[in-house]
Amino acid sequence: MNPTHYLVLGALLFGIGAVGVLIRRNAIVVFMCIELMLNAVNLTFVTFARMSGQIDGIVIALFVMVVAAAEVVVGLAIIMSIFRSRRSASVDDANLLKY
Amino acid sequence: MIQALQVVTAAAPPAASGVTSLAPLVLLLPLIGAVVLMVGGRTVKRVAPLIGCLSVVVAFVLAISIFISTIGMDAASRVSEISLWSWMPVESLQVEFGMRIDPLSLTFMLLITGVGALIHIYSIGYMQHDENRQRFFAYMNLFVAAMLLLVMGNSFLATYAGWEGVGLASYLLIGFWSYKPSAGSAAKKSFVMNRVGDFGFVIGIFIMFTEMGTTSFTGVFANIGEVAKVHPGAVTVMSLCLLLGACAKSGQVPLQAWLPDAMEGPTPVSALIHAATMVTAGVYLITRSAEIYNLTDTGQLVVTIVGAVTIMVGAIAGCGKDDIKKVLAYSTVSQIGYMFLAAGLGTGVYGLAILHLLTHGFFKAGLFLASGSILHGMNEQVNMRHFGGLAKRMPLTFVTMTAGYLAIIGFPYFSGFFSKDPIIEAAFAVGGTKGWLLGMAAAIGAGLTAFYMTRLMIMTFFGDARWKNLKSPDGADYHPHESKSVMTVPMLILALGALFAGGILASGDRLVNWLAPSVGAYVEPHPTILTPGVITWGSVALMVIGAGIAYVLFGMRPVPVTQPVTRNPIILLARAGVGGDAINESLFARPGIWLARTFAYADARGVDGVVDGVGTSIVSISDWWKKWQNGYVRSYALSMLSGTLLIAVALMVVNFS
Repeated sequence: MNPTHYLVLGALLFGIGAVGVLIRRNAIVVFMCIELMLNAVNLTFVTFARMSGQIDGIVIALFVMVVAAAEVVVGLAIIMSIFRSRRSASVDDANLLKY
Repeated sequence: MIQALQVVTAAAPPAASGVTSLAPLVLLLPLIGAVVLMVGGRTVKRVAPLIGCLSVVVAFVLAISIFISTIGMDAASRVSEISLWSWMPVESLQVEFGMRIDPLSLTFMLLITGVGALIHIYSIGYMQHDENRQRFFAYMNLFVAAMLLLVMGNSFLATYAGWEGVGLASYLLIGFWSYKPSAGSAAKKSFVMNRVGDFGFVIGIFIMFTEMGTTSFTGVFANIGEVAKVHPGAVTVMSLCLLLGACAKSGQVPLQAWLPDAMEGPTPVSALIHAATMVTAGVYLITRSAEIYNLTDTGQLVVTIVGAVTIMVGAIAGCGKDDIKKVLAYSTVSQIGYMFLAAGLGTGVYGLAILHLLTHGFFKAGLFLASGSILHGMNEQVNMRHFGGLAKRMPLTFVTMTAGYLAIIGFPYFSGFFSKDPIIEAAFAVGGTKGWLLGMAAAIGAGLTAFYMTRLMIMTFFGDARWKNLKSPDGADYHPHESKSVMTVPMLILALGALFAGGILASGDRLVNWLAPSVGAYVEPHPTILTPGVITWGSVALMVIGAGIAYVLFGMRPVPVTQPVTRNPIILLARAGVGGDAINESLFARPGIWLARTFAYADARGVDGVVDGVGTSIVSISDWWKKWQNGYVRSYALSMLSGTLLIAVALMVVNFS
């Protein structure tokens, strides 16, 4: 099977994730889009590892998964506390970090 | 850029040996005295005058012993150097700190410590009732130390250090009675006007360094001949720069106006600093730089012109003043003019400048101490119109003043006669129109000297006792009385010097021959346009005429107690100090103020404008830019994404092109 398909799929998934992060307002959805981007990158890593026959890409993909897991923990906790204080999970409501 | 010449390493004078090697101690003693008095506080308060006097007296004794041991040597070996430490070892600027003990510096050491010791002792009495006499003696000792450094240093840089030191001490002592606003402003005036001269001096030293790479006397004198061949202009500029420094320090035209104002200081200060020693530093500098001036006719000509003009300016101004100390101050200006004239006449007669300097040191210090004694007995009144008939009340002061008077007017066979007459002869000996101009200036100056000094004597000591019907500025009656012996004894010693020092020093050309190793052999001037006899007795005749006119004007009719109103332009000119302050005002003050205002304007509009402009534009750019920081996560995410894309695209462009 042609590995290029995997790369195209990875790019598509990354693009969907990026657009999701930019246009969606629900913090949970934004978060899931980030996960989507991470996994798109993982797919690309693994594909390149397969194409070059070297193990490096797979190892990095594993690292990304570990970091993503940790990030999920922290990120969800932040979203939880924002929701608790504001009764809203919209990222546009939490706009205090500005001039 | 002028290339420094290949420096000739001159054979340095031999190192000092025997008692001469103790010379640094002469300088150190007054310095220690000054430091002890300054930091000692109350612990030394009771013995402050003792410490002040003792340090100078011991220094004087040391100087005498060095002098005696030097006299015992043959003329050739009388110049020696003491190398102390490496002062400024910076790449090509290697300045050794050391001392040069030769007849010239020894003469000055004796004058400074000798007259200094007498005036210190006099000050015990004069400053007896002053709360701050510890500070007074500290400054006086500081002055003596700085003045000794000025004359003992073996390089122009060391002289410059002493030069600034005496300037500081002079400033502190003029403003000693700082509760008087006039004293404060006089101190500032002297300090600022001396800066003008110091600027010239320091530029002169810079030129020495660029041309010869050294500032030591030995090095400069060994190389100056070579410089004169390659860059004669540089030697002239150097000599004029040094002259500017000398003019400011010695109160010569056009920088003379600070000296009369300096009389705001206590009278011993006027006697020591502004009559006998510091103001003669300019003469020392020119005499010490004899080898430079000998090579430049322009430089020497300017020195003689400055001297001749100053003789006249000082003498004319002295005739118009009623303040006894200001008359003496202008007299100092005029007498130093004689020294400059002699120094400018150059080769062979430098010694005459020093001879007049020494006799002047004696008689002018005596005159000032006597005037201080009068002030002491007359509630610090300085206006001579309040005096009169004091001869009987203050006999010893009168004797001192008379001795100084006979000496300064050049009465035959007293000190001033022996020192002033050769200068007048030397001026005539130049020959031609120049000789006539310089000679007549000097001779007429002698006549004017007799006029204003006779006026001073008559107004102070003779005539009606005008003080009987007047009150002093503080409203008290005058009770003139003779001063204590601690004041009169130093006065009388100086009076003896005023009477006989000139004869002793001049007989057999003793002094000028003694100075020969430092300033070159003495060549007796032979005036051709007039015979020496005519000159001598002609100036004596002028002196008698001057004194006679003064007697007719002030001795034969009563002196008004207030200054009479007059329209006589000569009298008005004299009262205005011959425009000394006007020159300052127009030459230095106004351009200075104008320059300062221009700079202030340029600073407010130019510099501040640029600085403020940079700030304002950065603020307005940020105001626009900060709109990006809107707080929405997605806009931050977009900027991150676009940044990443930008980098990716840039990498691709680089890799694939």
